[in-house]
Amino acid sequence: MTDGGRRPRVAVVIFPGSNCDRDALAAVEAVGGEAVPVWHQSRDLQRCGAVLLPGGYSYGNYLRAGAMAAHSPVMKAVRRHADQGGAVLGICNGFQILLEIGLLPGAMLMNRSLRFICRDVHVRVERTDLPLLRTLQPGQVLRLPIAHKEGNWFAEPAVVREVEQQGAVALRYCDPSGQVRADANPNGSLQNVAGLVSREGTVLGMMPHPERRISRLLGGEDGWALMRALVEAA
Amino acid sequence: MRWDAEANLELAREHGLHPQEWERLLAALGRTPNLVELGIFSALWSEHCSYKSSRAHLRKLPAQGPRVIQGPGENAGVVAVGQGWVAVFKMESHNHPSFIEPYQGAATGVGGILRDVFTMGARPIMALDSLRFGDPDAPRMRYLVDGVVRGISDYGNCVGVPTVGGEVDFHPSYNGNILVNAMVVGVAREDGIFYGRASGPGNHVVYMGSKTGRDGIHGATMASDAFDEAAAAKRPTVQVGDPLTEKLLIECCLELMSRGLVVGIQDMGAAGLTSSSFEMASRAGCGLVLDLDAVPVREHGMTPYELMLSESQERMLLIVTPGNVMSVINLCKRWGLDATDIGRVIGEPVVRATFRGGPAFELPIAPLVDDAPRYERPFRRPEPAAPATLPALRDRDWGTELKTLLAAPQLVSARRIWQQYDQSVGAATVVGPGADAALVLIPGTRIGLAATTDCNSFACGLDPYCGAAQAVAEAVRNLACVGAEPVGVTDCLNFGSPENPTVMGQFVAAIEGVAETCRVLEIPVVSGNVSFYNQTSGQSILPTPAIGMVGVVAEVRHVPRGSWELGEALYVLGPLEGELGGSRYLQIILGLEAGPVPAVDHVAERRRSRVVAELVRLGVVAATDISDGGLVTALVRMGSPDCGADLTIPWDSLVARVLFGEWLGRFLLAVQPACEPALVQACEGMELARLGTVGGDRLVVRAGKRIVLSESMAELCGLPERQLEWMEGVQG
Repeated sequence: MTDGGRRPRVAVVIFPGSNCDRDALAAVEAVGGEAVPVWHQSRDLQRCGAVLLPGGYSYGNYLRAGAMAAHSPVMKAVRRHADQGGAVLGICNGFQILLEIGLLPGAMLMNRSLRFICRDVHVRVERTDLPLLRTLQPGQVLRLPIAHKEGNWFAEPAVVREVEQQGAVALRYCDPSGQVRADANPNGSLQNVAGLVSREGTVLGMMPHPERRISRLLGGEDGWALMRALVEAA
Repeated sequence: MRWDAEANLELAREHGLHPQEWERLLAALGRTPNLVELGIFSALWSEHCSYKSSRAHLRKLPAQGPRVIQGPGENAGVVAVGQGWVAVFKMESHNHPSFIEPYQGAATGVGGILRDVFTMGARPIMALDSLRFGDPDAPRMRYLVDGVVRGISDYGNCVGVPTVGGEVDFHPSYNGNILVNAMVVGVAREDGIFYGRASGPGNHVVYMGSKTGRDGIHGATMASDAFDEAAAAKRPTVQVGDPLTEKLLIECCLELMSRGLVVGIQDMGAAGLTSSSFEMASRAGCGLVLDLDAVPVREHGMTPYELMLSESQERMLLIVTPGNVMSVINLCKRWGLDATDIGRVIGEPVVRATFRGGPAFELPIAPLVDDAPRYERPFRRPEPAAPATLPALRDRDWGTELKTLLAAPQLVSARRIWQQYDQSVGAATVVGPGADAALVLIPGTRIGLAATTDCNSFACGLDPYCGAAQAVAEAVRNLACVGAEPVGVTDCLNFGSPENPTVMGQFVAAIEGVAETCRVLEIPVVSGNVSFYNQTSGQSILPTPAIGMVGVVAEVRHVPRGSWELGEALYVLGPLEGELGGSRYLQIILGLEAGPVPAVDHVAERRRSRVVAELVRLGVVAATDISDGGLVTALVRMGSPDCGADLTIPWDSLVARVLFGEWLGRFLLAVQPACEPALVQACEGMELARLGTVGGDRLVVRAGKRIVLSESMAELCGLPERQLEWMEGVQG
């Protein structure tokens, strides 16, 4: 939704404990969007056409990562926005929150190593026919950083089957050549899931951080297209 | 015993005061203090708060320079870094708590140093950690390593400040006293700096952040005491961290300051409300009245003694004009933080507190802060370790020796540690951990701030003066490897008991080594921390003057690389042969704790570092500093498992000194063939040796035509990874 020829507006939700919010705001602006900070107590998305739930430790991740954030006032507005077909991108803690409110299936367990892991991984793009992925090439391999302790995606077998049948896996951990292998999986996630997308392709959750990779000086530009797709969907 | 009971000599002793300090207290006060007053004296006169044994020597450190905006004495040092920006930084120890309770000890160490930086109005943009552990096989050591790393990880990751560098070393002298030194660098606009000053009589004193509990009472006193077998009993004096509250404090404080709502601000660190109130009043030449009933508490029945000495974490003290108090409280509420008006600034230089309607204490400020005891402790200057009597180092099995070296704890790859730290939050990390130095952009600019921590404590044990001087020189070289020019130093001086003349001698020599090197290289020391009493059952740690250095790249145009590429030529800048005195080769391979550790050649260091920094900025070379383990370990660091090199040194070289020699300010450089003329021209007049080229999957070194070393790169690169393999947990 553009507003009279102006840049598309993207809401970046700020929870107490969000810590990738400023990076997300800057990245949205860098790829041509207008980034709008939205406070967790607000129920108004301020005419934004897309929502970004940034990474961090919302409410300290007390109880369970993303669990408290799922019950904050702003998430009622985000759910309404999503139900009406609006675009939502959840990155890292934002992905965990999307799982907690049921916009995407499954749950996150602690990493297989039981430790926080921050390093670059490769992910293969599985879908490019959906709004939040259409700037990417089929089979494209992205090199992006992960930084999480709870990124080990889990679901019961029936759900996993359904996810695969629907083509809901957006991104999978792979080796640099694009092979999806067990030893390229950093955290034990089922089916090497690094990102999931809703049936309509308007809700995307992912553990890697595209907002940290939009500059050649800062590790590369592999996150640019994903951020741009969000802005274009706004 | 009631908090207002009359104190006596016996109680003073229990509080760690010497009899002559008790006499001094009585004379300064002109009466007998009550128990809470004694507690306040003992905290502010502790070594940790008063620097009573170190102050006379700390003065030797050069604190001036054209970039210096704030030197030692505030919460952190401040230097100008260009375009109106300033870097605010400090390093601090949290050794004793981390040994008793590694997870919380390390976590709250990170929290404390973050507060020292954002208190000054600066947004923290990077953290580094300098860690020292004992023998990896010593009892509890894995527990300590694991706990410290998880503590730093859980706290630092949550607050969203990237951990981008640091160092880790192992030595049995730390078996009973590990070191956890944390450094934070923040940035601010030059006109946006705030100070810890309680000025303006009539202004309000606002308490902000977590409520006060009984944790950490007498932490500062504990930090000023040696350990014994009863250390475990001190576990309750270790504070507990809450990183979410810290994150909210960062954002809320920076917003309060940017809106101009505070006059002065300081965190309640060591000795809590006591040190923050007395120090802020002292700096402003004012006094305070405090209503202790207003202090937010999380436990019932807390006494003035406990309220004044609690070290509960994540608390700040603000000075606010009367008209802004409501705005401050409302903004804090928005961030979900408690803020309470607990007192006033007064003109009279005393701190006066009331409790339950009556007086709790009244103490003059000067005797506690400005006139705290100062000691010129007797010291014995250390004799530098004698030169080693070396066996004939010819025709040895250099390959096996290299592999032994690379597998030793001292040469460990810290990858498994720093992969547990968020290195790129903030989206500004150009060079993260594992490199010679870290490089982070000031948000929204192309200005790069570089930082490194360095200290070879093995060398400092052999010769504290030269070892400390070499730590400074190594830091300069490390900054050069990412293209940065040094602008300031913070130091964290970890030693045994100052009451031991030998330890005091190490301390004095190390300070003089740092001071002389920083003076000649014109790098001001703008902040720091002294940690004494790092000893257990009479056994002191190695002298460990950790150097934290910050540098600047005015405009980052290229990403500095730490590894070589196929087809590049390799050069050594500086003497091809290093010195073996105090080297890792002597320590690990020959089992000799012997010198000499060479003095720093200031002229050569400065010339080479400047040219390397320039070449790195231009993207001409990849550079690494030749230090621990010598040239061969630098080669392994710069190489990769599938990409080796073939090198030739003169047939008559002293092979051990070429391969394993250290010191002398040397760099290993990798350069594309097309850029070789530029390198040679830039280094004109300096010692520069071309060793060979990158290629193949082995590391091959020839002396003339004779092969002296030929090893698989994959094997060599894997060895430094082994030491911490256990950290991988159940990951397959």
